[in-house]
Amino acid sequence: MSDTKPSIFRRFAPLIFFIILAALLGFGLTLNPRLVPSPLINKPVPKFTLPLLNQAGSFSDKDLKGHITLVNVWASWCFVCRQEHAEVKRLSRQGIRIIGFNYKDKAADAKAWLQRLGNPYRKVIVDRTGRVAIDWGVYGAPETFLVDRHGIIRYKVIGSLADPDNLKALLKKMKALK
Amino acid sequence: MKKQFITGLMAFLFIACATAAPIETFKFDSRQHEQLFQKLSEGLRCLVCQNEAIAESNADLAKDLRRQVYNMIEQGKTEDQIKAYMVQRYGDYVLFRPPFKPLTWLLWLGPGLLFVLSMIFVLNIIRHKADKPEEDELSPAELERIKKLHTEKMTTSVDQETKHQ
Repeated sequence: MSDTKPSIFRRFAPLIFFIILAALLGFGLTLNPRLVPSPLINKPVPKFTLPLLNQAGSFSDKDLKGHITLVNVWASWCFVCRQEHAEVKRLSRQGIRIIGFNYKDKAADAKAWLQRLGNPYRKVIVDRTGRVAIDWGVYGAPETFLVDRHGIIRYKVIGSLADPDNLKALLKKMKALK
Repeated sequence: MKKQFITGLMAFLFIACATAAPIETFKFDSRQHEQLFQKLSEGLRCLVCQNEAIAESNADLAKDLRRQVYNMIEQGKTEDQIKAYMVQRYGDYVLFRPPFKPLTWLLWLGPGLLFVLSMIFVLNIIRHKADKPEEDELSPAELERIKKLHTEKMTTSVDQETKHQ
Protein backbone atom coordinates (compact mmCIF):
# COMPACT_ATOMS: atom_id res chain seq x y z
CA MET A 1 0.00 0.00 0.00
CA SER A 2 1.27 3.44 -0.77
CA ASP A 3 2.07 5.65 2.15
CA THR A 4 0.36 8.86 1.00
CA LYS A 5 -3.17 7.52 0.38
CA PRO A 6 -4.30 6.76 3.93
CA SER A 7 -2.77 9.93 5.27
CA ILE A 8 -4.79 12.05 2.81
CA PHE A 9 -7.93 10.26 3.87
CA ARG A 10 -7.08 10.77 7.49
CA ARG A 11 -6.41 14.42 6.94
CA PHE A 12 -9.82 14.95 5.35
CA ALA A 13 -11.84 12.59 7.52
CA PRO A 14 -12.84 15.27 10.06
CA LEU A 15 -13.91 17.59 7.23
CA ILE A 16 -15.98 14.86 5.57
CA PHE A 17 -17.52 14.00 8.91
CA PHE A 18 -18.33 17.67 9.51
CA ILE A 19 -19.93 18.07 6.07
CA ILE A 20 -22.15 15.00 6.57
CA LEU A 21 -23.19 16.19 10.03
CA ALA A 22 -23.89 19.73 8.76
CA ALA A 23 -26.01 18.36 5.90
CA LEU A 24 -28.06 16.22 8.30
CA LEU A 25 -28.59 19.05 10.76
CA GLY A 26 -29.38 21.44 7.91
CA PHE A 27 -32.05 19.05 6.66
CA GLY A 28 -33.45 18.87 10.20
CA LEU A 29 -33.88 22.64 10.22
CA THR A 30 -36.18 22.51 7.19
CA LEU A 31 -38.65 20.23 9.01
CA ASN A 32 -41.45 21.70 11.06
CA PRO A 33 -41.64 20.04 14.48
CA ARG A 34 -45.20 21.32 14.89
CA LEU A 35 -46.41 18.94 12.20
CA VAL A 36 -46.93 15.58 13.82
CA PRO A 37 -47.72 12.99 11.13
CA SER A 38 -51.06 11.35 11.83
CA PRO A 39 -51.12 7.57 12.18
CA LEU A 40 -54.76 7.68 11.06
CA ILE A 41 -53.97 8.32 7.40
CA ASN A 42 -55.37 5.48 5.27
CA LYS A 43 -57.37 4.20 8.23
CA PRO A 44 -61.16 4.32 8.60
CA VAL A 45 -62.55 7.29 10.51
CA PRO A 46 -63.00 6.45 14.19
CA LYS A 47 -66.48 5.43 15.32
CA PHE A 48 -68.42 8.31 16.78
CA THR A 49 -71.88 9.84 17.14
CA LEU A 50 -72.18 13.54 17.85
CA PRO A 51 -75.01 16.09 17.96
CA LEU A 52 -75.42 18.78 15.30
CA LEU A 53 -75.10 22.50 15.88
CA ASN A 54 -77.99 24.11 14.07
CA GLN A 55 -80.45 21.26 13.91
CA ALA A 56 -81.79 18.26 15.77
CA GLY A 57 -80.43 14.79 15.20
CA SER A 58 -76.95 13.42 15.22
CA PHE A 59 -74.09 12.61 12.90
CA SER A 60 -71.99 9.49 12.93
CA ASP A 61 -69.02 8.00 11.11
CA LYS A 62 -71.47 6.16 8.82
CA ASP A 63 -72.73 9.50 7.49
CA LEU A 64 -69.27 10.14 6.06
CA LYS A 65 -69.57 7.22 3.65
CA GLY A 66 -70.61 7.69 0.03
CA HIS A 67 -69.04 11.12 -0.49
CA ILE A 68 -65.65 12.69 -0.61
CA THR A 69 -65.72 14.98 2.39
CA LEU A 70 -63.54 17.51 4.13
CA VAL A 71 -63.92 17.52 7.89
CA ASN A 72 -62.81 20.93 9.09
CA VAL A 73 -62.02 21.20 12.80
CA TRP A 74 -62.74 24.73 14.00
CA ALA A 75 -63.79 26.78 17.02
CA SER A 76 -64.95 30.34 17.59
CA TRP A 77 -61.97 30.91 19.93
CA CYS A 78 -59.55 29.84 17.23
CA PHE A 79 -57.85 32.77 15.54
CA VAL A 80 -56.40 30.87 12.60
CA CYS A 81 -59.84 29.36 11.88
CA ARG A 82 -61.10 32.87 11.23
CA GLN A 83 -58.16 33.51 8.92
CA GLU A 84 -58.82 30.40 6.85
CA HIS A 85 -62.59 30.85 6.83
CA ALA A 86 -62.71 32.70 3.50
CA GLU A 87 -60.85 29.79 1.90
CA VAL A 88 -63.25 27.25 3.44
CA LYS A 89 -66.14 29.26 1.97
CA ARG A 90 -64.47 29.34 -1.44
CA LEU A 91 -64.00 25.55 -1.41
CA SER A 92 -67.62 25.10 -0.37
CA ARG A 93 -68.80 27.30 -3.27
CA GLN A 94 -66.86 25.01 -5.60
CA GLY A 95 -69.18 22.23 -4.49
CA ILE A 96 -66.86 20.44 -2.12
CA ARG A 97 -68.75 18.78 0.75
CA ILE A 98 -67.40 20.21 3.97
CA ILE A 99 -68.48 19.11 7.42
CA GLY A 100 -67.63 21.44 10.29
CA PHE A 101 -66.27 19.86 13.44
CA ASN A 102 -66.90 22.37 16.21
CA TYR A 103 -64.17 21.67 18.74
CA LYS A 104 -64.50 22.49 22.46
CA ASP A 105 -66.68 25.50 21.89
CA LYS A 106 -69.79 27.06 23.38
CA ALA A 107 -72.86 26.50 21.18
CA ALA A 108 -73.92 30.16 21.38
CA ASP A 109 -70.43 31.39 20.43
CA ALA A 110 -70.22 28.93 17.54
CA LYS A 111 -73.62 29.94 16.18
CA ALA A 112 -72.82 33.64 16.43
CA TRP A 113 -69.48 33.09 14.70
CA LEU A 114 -71.12 31.34 11.73
CA GLN A 115 -73.82 33.97 11.51
CA ARG A 116 -71.27 36.75 11.39
CA LEU A 117 -68.74 35.13 9.03
CA GLY A 118 -70.97 32.89 6.94
CA ASN A 119 -71.62 29.17 7.12
CA PRO A 120 -69.88 27.08 4.47
CA TYR A 121 -70.61 23.76 6.18
CA ARG A 122 -73.06 21.13 4.98
CA LYS A 123 -73.46 20.21 8.64
CA VAL A 124 -71.70 21.17 11.83
CA ILE A 125 -71.05 18.46 14.40
CA VAL A 126 -70.40 19.45 17.98
CA ASP A 127 -67.71 17.99 20.20
CA ARG A 128 -68.16 20.01 23.35
CA THR A 129 -65.69 18.08 25.51
CA GLY A 130 -63.09 17.19 22.91
CA ARG A 131 -63.51 13.48 23.65
CA VAL A 132 -64.18 12.46 20.01
CA ALA A 133 -61.43 14.82 18.84
CA ILE A 134 -58.93 12.67 20.77
CA ASP A 135 -60.05 9.67 18.70
CA TRP A 136 -59.38 11.69 15.56
CA GLY A 137 -55.93 12.59 16.87
CA VAL A 138 -56.81 16.28 16.88
CA TYR A 139 -54.36 18.40 18.86
CA GLY A 140 -55.39 21.89 17.86
CA ALA A 141 -57.53 23.90 15.51
CA PRO A 142 -57.75 24.28 12.61
CA GLU A 143 -57.19 20.82 11.24
CA THR A 144 -58.78 19.46 8.09
CA PHE A 145 -59.27 15.79 7.27
CA LEU A 146 -59.87 14.46 3.77
CA VAL A 147 -62.22 11.45 3.93
CA ASP A 148 -62.88 9.33 0.86
CA ARG A 149 -66.11 7.62 -0.26
CA HIS A 150 -65.42 4.56 1.86
CA GLY A 151 -64.98 6.60 5.02
CA ILE A 152 -61.21 6.30 5.01
CA ILE A 153 -59.03 9.22 6.06
CA ARG A 154 -56.72 10.03 3.17
CA TYR A 155 -54.99 13.20 4.25
CA LYS A 156 -54.80 15.69 7.08
CA VAL A 157 -53.94 19.38 6.95
CA ILE A 158 -52.61 20.74 10.23
CA GLY A 159 -53.04 24.49 10.30
CA SER A 160 -54.54 27.02 7.94
CA LEU A 161 -56.08 26.21 4.56
CA ALA A 162 -55.27 29.79 3.59
CA ASP A 163 -51.63 28.70 3.48
CA PRO A 164 -51.00 28.05 -0.26
CA ASP A 165 -48.74 25.04 0.41
CA ASN A 166 -51.34 23.36 2.62
CA LEU A 167 -54.12 24.03 0.13
CA LYS A 168 -52.11 22.81 -2.84
CA ALA A 169 -51.22 19.54 -1.08
CA LEU A 170 -54.85 18.99 -0.07
CA LEU A 171 -56.25 19.66 -3.55
CA LYS A 172 -53.68 17.34 -5.08
CA LYS A 173 -54.77 14.52 -2.75
CA MET A 174 -58.43 15.27 -3.55
CA LYS A 175 -57.82 15.13 -7.27
CA ALA A 176 -56.19 11.73 -6.89
CA LEU A 177 -59.40 10.41 -5.29
CA LYS A 178 -61.66 11.43 -8.16
CA MET B 1 -42.19 50.72 52.69
CA LYS B 2 -39.40 48.33 51.77
CA LYS B 3 -40.90 45.62 53.92
CA GLN B 4 -44.24 46.00 52.18
CA PHE B 5 -42.57 45.68 48.82
CA ILE B 6 -40.85 42.47 49.84
CA THR B 7 -44.05 40.93 51.21
CA GLY B 8 -45.80 41.94 47.99
CA LEU B 9 -43.07 40.41 45.88
CA MET B 10 -43.14 37.20 47.88
CA ALA B 11 -46.90 36.97 47.55
CA PHE B 12 -46.57 37.48 43.82
CA LEU B 13 -43.89 34.82 43.49
CA PHE B 14 -45.92 32.42 45.57
CA ILE B 15 -48.96 32.89 43.35
CA ALA B 16 -46.83 32.56 40.23
CA CYS B 17 -45.45 29.24 41.49
CA ALA B 18 -48.82 28.00 42.58
CA THR B 19 -50.34 28.55 39.15
CA ALA B 20 -47.42 26.99 37.32
CA ALA B 21 -48.45 23.41 38.05
CA PRO B 22 -51.82 22.23 36.77
CA ILE B 23 -54.33 21.83 39.57
CA GLU B 24 -56.82 19.04 39.26
CA THR B 25 -58.29 16.52 41.60
CA PHE B 26 -58.74 12.98 40.48
CA LYS B 27 -59.98 10.40 42.94
CA PHE B 28 -58.39 7.03 42.49
CA ASP B 29 -59.70 3.63 43.50
CA SER B 30 -56.31 2.59 44.76
CA ARG B 31 -52.77 3.74 45.36
CA GLN B 32 -51.68 1.58 42.41
CA HIS B 33 -54.00 3.43 40.06
CA GLU B 34 -52.66 6.74 41.25
CA GLN B 35 -49.08 5.63 40.67
CA LEU B 36 -49.96 4.37 37.20
CA PHE B 37 -51.57 7.71 36.44
CA GLN B 38 -48.41 9.54 37.54
CA LYS B 39 -46.22 7.29 35.45
CA LEU B 40 -48.35 7.55 32.31
CA SER B 41 -48.92 11.27 32.44
CA GLU B 42 -45.20 11.87 32.86
CA GLY B 43 -44.39 9.65 29.86
CA LEU B 44 -46.91 11.11 27.42
CA ARG B 45 -46.03 14.19 25.41
CA CYS B 46 -48.34 17.16 25.19
CA LEU B 47 -48.61 17.80 21.46
CA VAL B 48 -49.34 21.48 21.84
CA CYS B 49 -46.35 22.38 23.99
CA GLN B 50 -44.10 19.69 22.74
CA ASN B 51 -41.39 19.41 25.33
CA GLU B 52 -43.80 19.15 28.21
CA ALA B 53 -45.37 15.97 29.47
CA ILE B 54 -49.13 16.04 29.85
CA ALA B 55 -48.50 15.82 33.61
CA GLU B 56 -46.99 19.30 33.73
CA SER B 57 -48.75 21.09 30.90
CA ASN B 58 -51.54 23.60 31.29
CA ALA B 59 -52.67 23.28 27.69
CA ASP B 60 -56.30 22.37 27.14
CA LEU B 61 -55.39 19.26 25.21
CA ALA B 62 -53.16 18.06 28.06
CA LYS B 63 -56.12 18.39 30.42
CA ASP B 64 -58.30 16.34 28.09
CA LEU B 65 -55.62 13.68 27.72
CA ARG B 66 -55.10 13.50 31.49
CA ARG B 67 -58.83 13.00 31.95
CA GLN B 68 -58.80 10.31 29.28
CA VAL B 69 -55.88 8.52 30.96
CA TYR B 70 -57.68 8.76 34.30
CA ASN B 71 -60.91 7.35 32.87
CA MET B 72 -59.11 4.46 31.23
CA ILE B 73 -57.24 3.60 34.43
CA GLU B 74 -60.49 3.58 36.38
CA GLN B 75 -61.96 1.30 33.72
CA GLY B 76 -59.17 -1.12 34.59
CA LYS B 77 -57.08 -0.66 31.43
CA THR B 78 -53.42 -1.62 31.68
CA GLU B 79 -50.44 0.63 31.06
CA ASP B 80 -49.75 -0.96 27.66
CA GLN B 81 -53.38 -0.63 26.58
CA ILE B 82 -53.43 3.07 27.41
CA LYS B 83 -50.13 3.69 25.63
CA ALA B 84 -51.35 1.79 22.57
CA TYR B 85 -54.53 3.88 22.61
CA MET B 86 -52.54 7.11 22.51
CA VAL B 87 -50.10 5.86 19.86
CA GLN B 88 -52.99 4.81 17.61
CA ARG B 89 -54.27 8.37 17.65
CA TYR B 90 -51.18 10.53 17.91
CA GLY B 91 -48.36 8.26 16.74
CA ASP B 92 -45.13 7.23 18.47
CA TYR B 93 -44.36 10.90 18.89
CA VAL B 94 -46.73 11.04 21.85
CA LEU B 95 -44.36 8.79 23.82
CA PHE B 96 -41.31 10.43 25.36
CA ARG B 97 -39.52 7.07 25.06
CA PRO B 98 -40.06 5.96 21.47
CA PRO B 99 -40.36 2.18 20.93
CA PHE B 100 -37.50 0.14 19.52
CA LYS B 101 -38.43 -0.78 15.94
CA PRO B 102 -36.81 -0.61 12.47
CA LEU B 103 -37.76 3.04 12.01
CA THR B 104 -36.12 4.02 15.29
CA TRP B 105 -33.09 1.74 15.18
CA LEU B 106 -30.84 4.59 14.16
CA LEU B 107 -32.27 6.77 16.92
CA TRP B 108 -31.53 4.20 19.62
CA LEU B 109 -28.30 2.73 18.27
CA GLY B 110 -26.88 5.86 16.61
CA PRO B 111 -25.03 7.26 19.65
CA GLY B 112 -23.42 3.88 20.44
CA LEU B 113 -22.50 3.40 16.79
CA LEU B 114 -20.98 6.86 16.66
CA PHE B 115 -18.97 6.11 19.81
CA VAL B 116 -17.63 2.83 18.43
CA LEU B 117 -16.72 4.43 15.10
CA SER B 118 -14.89 7.32 16.73
CA MET B 119 -13.08 4.88 19.05
CA ILE B 120 -11.88 2.90 16.02
CA PHE B 121 -10.78 6.15 14.42
CA VAL B 122 -8.85 7.29 17.49
CA LEU B 123 -7.26 3.87 18.12
CA ASN B 124 -6.21 3.76 14.48
CA ILE B 125 -4.38 7.06 14.83
CA ILE B 126 -2.71 5.98 18.05
CA ARG B 127 -1.59 2.68 16.54
CA HIS B 128 -0.18 4.39 13.45
CA LYS B 129 1.82 6.70 15.65
CA ALA B 130 3.21 3.79 17.69
CA ASP B 131 4.17 1.78 14.61
CA LYS B 132 5.97 4.54 12.81
CA PRO B 133 8.55 6.35 14.94
CA GLU B 134 8.31 10.10 14.59
CA GLU B 135 10.66 11.78 12.14
CA ASP B 136 12.51 13.67 14.85
CA GLU B 137 13.11 10.54 16.89
CA LEU B 138 16.62 9.22 16.37
CA SER B 139 17.68 5.69 15.60
CA PRO B 140 20.17 3.94 17.94
CA ALA B 141 22.91 4.35 15.25
CA GLU B 142 22.29 8.07 15.11
CA LEU B 143 22.37 8.36 18.89
CA GLU B 144 25.66 6.49 18.93
CA ARG B 145 27.08 8.91 16.41
CA ILE B 146 26.02 11.92 18.40
CA LYS B 147 27.60 10.52 21.52
CA LYS B 148 30.80 9.99 19.60
CA LEU B 149 30.80 13.49 18.18
CA HIS B 150 30.10 14.91 21.59
CA THR B 151 33.01 13.18 23.29
CA GLU B 152 35.29 14.09 20.38
CA LYS B 153 34.39 17.72 20.73
CA MET B 154 34.94 17.62 24.48
CA THR B 155 38.40 16.19 24.12
CA THR B 156 39.41 18.65 21.38
CA SER B 157 38.26 21.60 23.43
CA VAL B 158 40.16 20.34 26.46
CA ASP B 159 43.21 20.01 24.19
CA GLN B 160 42.82 23.55 23.03
CA GLU B 161 42.55 24.87 26.56
CA THR B 162 45.67 23.07 27.68
CA LYS B 163 47.52 24.40 24.63
CA HIS B 164 46.51 27.90 25.51
CA GLN B 165 48.10 27.81 28.92
